[in-house]
Amino acid sequence: MSEPFLDAHVVVRRPGHLLDVHLEAQRGEVVAVIGPNGAGKSTLVRALAGVLPLTDGLVRCAGETWEEPGRGVRVEARRRHVGMVFQQGLLFPHLSALRNVAFGPRSRGEPRRRADEAARGWLERLGVADLAERRPAQLSGGQAQRVAVARALAGDPRLLLLDEPLSALDVGVAAALRLELARHLAGHDGVSLLVTHDALDALTLATRVLVVDDGRVAQDGPPDEVARRPATDHVARLVGLNVLRGTSEGTTVRLGDGSLLVTAVPARGEVSAGFAPSAVTLTTEEPVGSARNRWRGTVTSVVPYGASVRVHLDAVGGLIADVTPPSSARLGLTPGTTVWAAVKATEISVYGRDTGLR
Amino acid sequence: MRARGPAVGRAPVVLLLPALLAVAFLTLPLVALLARTPWSQLADRLTSEAVLQALRLSVVTSLAAVAVVAVVGVPLAWALARLDFPGRSLVRALVIVPLVLPPVVGGVALLSAFGRRGLVGAPLDAAFGVTLPYTTAAVVVAHIFVALPFFVLSVEGALRATDREFDVVAATLGASRWTTFRTVSLPLAGPGLLAGLVLAWARALGEFGATITFAGNFPGTTRTMPNAIYVELQTDPDAALVLSVILMAVSVAVLALLRDRWFDVAVQGAVRR
Repeated sequence: MSEPFLDAHVVVRRPGHLLDVHLEAQRGEVVAVIGPNGAGKSTLVRALAGVLPLTDGLVRCAGETWEEPGRGVRVEARRRHVGMVFQQGLLFPHLSALRNVAFGPRSRGEPRRRADEAARGWLERLGVADLAERRPAQLSGGQAQRVAVARALAGDPRLLLLDEPLSALDVGVAAALRLELARHLAGHDGVSLLVTHDALDALTLATRVLVVDDGRVAQDGPPDEVARRPATDHVARLVGLNVLRGTSEGTTVRLGDGSLLVTAVPARGEVSAGFAPSAVTLTTEEPVGSARNRWRGTVTSVVPYGASVRVHLDAVGGLIADVTPPSSARLGLTPGTTVWAAVKATEISVYGRDTGLR
Repeated sequence: MRARGPAVGRAPVVLLLPALLAVAFLTLPLVALLARTPWSQLADRLTSEAVLQALRLSVVTSLAAVAVVAVVGVPLAWALARLDFPGRSLVRALVIVPLVLPPVVGGVALLSAFGRRGLVGAPLDAAFGVTLPYTTAAVVVAHIFVALPFFVLSVEGALRATDREFDVVAATLGASRWTTFRTVSLPLAGPGLLAGLVLAWARALGEFGATITFAGNFPGTTRTMPNAIYVELQTDPDAALVLSVILMAVSVAVLALLRDRWFDVAVQGAVRR
């Protein structure tokens, strides 16, 4: 395999904290960095951006060494060609949306007209071209974050860093922007790094998930694998989410194996459908309730998990269900048991698939 | 009188009374000044050569001082607000000293530094034949000395109030620190900068102790408005009253103008934009 586009070994030592994370990524990859608060996610992003010096290790991107303390190499943040989207947006409050987006090209020496043109193009791509002359205070949270994404992308970054870009938004707004983000991340030809503490973001937007816990990589793998086979209890808690992929038509999603999934919210095209393990009910007989999604499957593992029991089934490519210990005992759940799993349509969230919606 | 916010009870007399006293104490002298002013003579006095000269000198020197204060004060404020360097708190303390120093002591200190036999003044005199004290330039120097701390503190506060993360944002967008300073930090600190300018100007306009000590009191070259008031008070109290009212009017007028015109615009700009 050729040299990875991004090759980073980020070591940042601070009193009481140590971040030591290896990360390699190829062009076009969208890596979700997930972990609890204080795990070091933001430190990682800031170190890659060059606004926080490494204690040790190295950062190489696009064939250039950005930082290597051992050899005294350090490229300033402004010469790294990174794009950054912050949780709070951080649009310059005294500049219009257009000027915000044009700021990067202008700083890099583009003449004003060319910078404005490029900025307009990006605002258009993010669907906020009509807001070009507005100041950030006149934008809603979702609009502001779209402008922030446009601003980060306008510099044509080799490394796009998104630090919890959706977590300050209302649920509905976040869902809409998540869909949009999926498209832009898939279209970005550098490496994208998405920091989140929301498993949904990680599993719907990323091509790879890096779980960081207590300053170290707890797991690194494709979203499905991390969700289905979390390496540790901690990872399971973080990314425990059922994600099914398929093609949506109205409120029905045709899954990869040809079976149908009923959802409450209509969608169209390639989608990911997510629901929490706690939303899955298990029965020994075929259920006859309001739950419209039912699958028969064989239990593959039963592990205690916090105050509940996490059950893995081989249905629809692998399902996770959380049940209480008494239920588990009553159902006699052991590997090999055949059970029915059911999920109400209203428990399912539908999201645009990472590579879809182009 | 109603207390602001939720109705948590009557405002205690123990607090109200001293507050009213303070207001009365601050307003009474100004009212008295207006009451005692010989208004009939105002027009004549205003156009007298001595007053015009003092007024002109005060305006020119205070504005010159403010210009210098802005040119060196903004970078100093920026360094204090944005750079981590050893001895920063010491530097800040040094900057604040002239603020609490009696102005007359400031004048003596300036003489020790720039006087004909001063630390810097002696070599300056020997090398170039330049002597600073008792010149119009000395008035400006005295003004700068007393006004700079006000300005630096005000601008530093404004710079600190703007989110430092904006510097990070600008850096990731490829901006140098100089570009960031010009296009982000300074505009965002605009209202504080303006307030600092006004404060510094007001301080310079009213400066008396350091000026008279370091620059003297010569008509036309160093007799600023406060110096003129001091002189007149000993010979012609009515004239002192008129001059005082003029100085007061100029200060209040400019403050009011700035408040209405620029302050509001600038503040709205920063907050509502």
